[in-house]
Amino acid sequence: MAAEVVAPGAPVPGTIVEAPPITVRREWGGWQWLATVDHKRIGILYTVTALCFFLLGGFEALLVRTQLIVPNNTFLHPDVYNQMFTMHATTMIFLAIMPLSVGLANFIVPLMIGASDMAYPRLNAFSYWLFLFGGLFLNLSFLTGGAPNAGWFSYAPLTEKAYSTTTGIDFWDLGIQLLGIASIAGAINFIVTILRLRAPGMTFMRLPPFAWMTLVVSFLIIFAFPSLTIALILLMFDRLVGTHFFLPSGGGDPLLWQHLFWFFGHPEVYILILPAFGIISEVIPVFSRKPLFGYSFVIYSGIAIGFLGFTVWAHHMFAVGLGDIANGAFATGSFLIGVPTGVKIFNWIGTMWRGSLRFKTPMLFAVGFVAMFLIGGISGISLASPPVDLQQTDTYYVVAHIHYVLFGGAIMGLTAGIYYWFPKIFGRLLNETLGKWHFWLLMIGFNLTFFPMHWLGTEGMPRRIYTYFPGNGWEVWNMVSTIGSYILGLSILIFVANMILTGLRPRQDVGNNPWEAATLEWATTSPPPPHNFDEVPVVYSRYPLWEDREPVEEHGGVAPRSPIGPEAHPADEESAVGEGEATEQGHHGHAFHLPAPTIFPLIMAFGLVMIAFALLFATPVLKLTFVLTGVVYGIVAIFGWVKQVSA
Amino acid sequence: MSRTSFAARLASTTRVIRSGRRGLVAAPPAVLLALVLAACATGDPQTTLDPKGPFAAEIYKLFVPVMAAALFVFVVVEALIIVAVIRFRGREGDPLPPQIHGNTRLEILWTIIPALILIVILLFTFRTQAILASPPESPNAITVRVVGHQWWWEFDYPDLGVVTASELHIPVGETVKVELESVDVIHSFWVPHLAGKTDVIPGRVNRMWLRADEPGTYSGQCAEFCGLEHALMRFVVIAEPASTFNAWVQQQRGIPPQPGFGPTPTPPATTQPGQPNQAALIAQGYQLFSNGACITCHTLRGTPAQAKVGPDLTHFGSRKSIAGNTLPNTPENLKRWLRNPQEVKPGNDMPNLNLSDSDVEALAAYLESLK
Repeated sequence: MAAEVVAPGAPVPGTIVEAPPITVRREWGGWQWLATVDHKRIGILYTVTALCFFLLGGFEALLVRTQLIVPNNTFLHPDVYNQMFTMHATTMIFLAIMPLSVGLANFIVPLMIGASDMAYPRLNAFSYWLFLFGGLFLNLSFLTGGAPNAGWFSYAPLTEKAYSTTTGIDFWDLGIQLLGIASIAGAINFIVTILRLRAPGMTFMRLPPFAWMTLVVSFLIIFAFPSLTIALILLMFDRLVGTHFFLPSGGGDPLLWQHLFWFFGHPEVYILILPAFGIISEVIPVFSRKPLFGYSFVIYSGIAIGFLGFTVWAHHMFAVGLGDIANGAFATGSFLIGVPTGVKIFNWIGTMWRGSLRFKTPMLFAVGFVAMFLIGGISGISLASPPVDLQQTDTYYVVAHIHYVLFGGAIMGLTAGIYYWFPKIFGRLLNETLGKWHFWLLMIGFNLTFFPMHWLGTEGMPRRIYTYFPGNGWEVWNMVSTIGSYILGLSILIFVANMILTGLRPRQDVGNNPWEAATLEWATTSPPPPHNFDEVPVVYSRYPLWEDREPVEEHGGVAPRSPIGPEAHPADEESAVGEGEATEQGHHGHAFHLPAPTIFPLIMAFGLVMIAFALLFATPVLKLTFVLTGVVYGIVAIFGWVKQVSA
Repeated sequence: MSRTSFAARLASTTRVIRSGRRGLVAAPPAVLLALVLAACATGDPQTTLDPKGPFAAEIYKLFVPVMAAALFVFVVVEALIIVAVIRFRGREGDPLPPQIHGNTRLEILWTIIPALILIVILLFTFRTQAILASPPESPNAITVRVVGHQWWWEFDYPDLGVVTASELHIPVGETVKVELESVDVIHSFWVPHLAGKTDVIPGRVNRMWLRADEPGTYSGQCAEFCGLEHALMRFVVIAEPASTFNAWVQQQRGIPPQPGFGPTPTPPATTQPGQPNQAALIAQGYQLFSNGACITCHTLRGTPAQAKVGPDLTHFGSRKSIAGNTLPNTPENLKRWLRNPQEVKPGNDMPNLNLSDSDVEALAAYLESLK
């Protein structure tokens, strides 16, 4: 066909168009952030909010460690201590790690798949605001009679009204229900986005690992959270209405709570780690300058972990007396899940092997992740064996395990992601020197804090105790652990300083692809324009931006090159998508249809929180006031939202 | 640029390990680990590394090879990471490395080999489970009901007619059948020297066995978060020779001499100048106890007290600890407790009775006399 007729003044297909320069004021201006439905802004909101909660959760941890620095310490009253460890875990799991994963995924995944936004931008905004309000609601408990204090897992019957008389548990119960709604909405959004909005040519086996893991995690959320929601509703009824689902005196069973909770709780830990797995699978190839080793195996093992994660929940319950057959069955699944996990670790090492490693900060954290997560995975193996577990469960051995996988794993992985994608998101590179200080202080502090806990648990120190007695042999390592935690805290402060100082500097010209990466998000400007890509990218391989390296052999042929990237050929006859050709997404040329900003998702989220408040008050008048307020907000929001859809 | 000599040797060593001489290589770590752990049998009261009975010993026998395998995997994989990081460090201007996408044979290898290691551990696990499920023969097996309360442990020997708290006496070399119950929330009964932990769940009776093959005092602690004073819910297991145990049982079954009725005790006549007569003090304490708030919560055979909220105090004076085994049972500690229990263990169920100092003296003297 002849050279395409290009409208005068329009960009040539296949070239990158620089977005018009955006002044700082306009980008950060006022109410736009409250009404944004742009996945990039929502991603930033999620990430910044999650980092604030991370600092809060970290502070709570430092208080816990300070109380434990010496035996018989009186730094914290026992009830305050119990609130601190409860809120530390709840905050880190629901308000820090999950939203950090979601925030990065929100910004990056649509770009990675060549889409211009998420499938449901308004629902996306709603998820964020509900997360923010839910997190604030949960923390409001500190001001209203005490935060929840029965552990993040809140075993019944301790959480029943008879044994937990303050409203702390109610705040926990309702807060997590709100957060659950936000998570499920987000999961639906990601599933539809990844299934339906991929760029032409991006088959599933060309999907970047981070997008894949986000997809798997979204399915985990949809199948796991309802179990938690049921448990929370039953507990809410027990506490507020007088039912006895978990009270034996009324015919209930405390173990029902545990089964419902852990059926959620175990997939939850895979929800926490799989996004980090995905990030590592992005970072290591880039900084080894070679493709991910064993891509298919990495993806399939991720799917296997997600699936098997639903079969092992009772390994948290080996001590409750389910019997040897049940324990043995759950032990089998728990061991089995170690296999795909190991496969991933070997593939990451295989990616590095014979590569050309560049140790920029993202890579430091990625390698640190592999080294630290390995330790957590190994301690998990001993915990999977019921007899051994009966000496180790509910001790500091488990505390060591969870922090090696969640901090050494998830947090380090997410940190690698932040350093890696920071230039794409903000158009500035985080400072390398501060990054290295952050990394090394973190490695020292983290290991000093948590490695001795393996020993403390083996020497008999149970979890969740506000103090311990001298003469048990626990003094030295508790002190070492606490000092380590202060070093760890210092490393986080350096990280925060790095982000703030870098943010305050003027935008640098980092270019589209400062790391010489391979995936589509690096094919547009840093930061991207509101519509992400000027042309819908067409994809012919897993590594679209690396196709100039060598011919990409796929399915027995040399595939044509993707028309994006620095060396794309304009008007390449075999590969260009014609102007005006309708694609699956229905984009026609430059007419990007992006939804207008709207405040109604925020109002909707607020309405839900009002209803949650209603359940906390005993007097009918207050109850009714809050319910009606919430319902009014909800109705207003629904009307406004639906009107927006047609706009 | 030859950085291959050391790294190459290391890499070839790892290839040897991965090629199947695992067993030879794994055995030394297991032996080494067992030695290290034995040396570290520190004598800490709640260590899991120094089993004193068959149930803890079986677990320990599984723990050591599992940790050896863990150590082996740790060393091998971390070594691979370190070697990769050193050997493949790139520099500015380095050429692009070969763009390898994978190796199916390797994938199969490092799926199958870890699976085999894990299957072996799993089989050993099943074996240990089977062993733990069939306790050694014990002709004189006794049964103990262990009842968890917020925040103390009650021990009831239904066959022997003994009820006590915080100290679980058992005869050495006998298998004790333990029935675990809770009156309130979930607790967990854990004495590391003797057995793994088993949760204590309201509405359910969990069963386990205990057995100590050496006499001694073994510390334990609640291991499931159970509320405010979970940290102070401790106990000891005292394993003693059969004769000593039987004597203890006899003593506990009896009612100690009370000033109120029964044979009048003959207290020692030695009184310090200015100190009240000990017998008089005990009698006064008895009166205070029997007529006071104490009887609403405690049982003390020989007095009107028959309540079950707090621990049985019948032989209080013979116990080595108080307040859920958080303080040694000395007159000073007991007085501190009586003066204000909330100061010792905030939130516990015994309120501050605002006793006067003289009342505290009398009660303490009385309670300590109950051997």
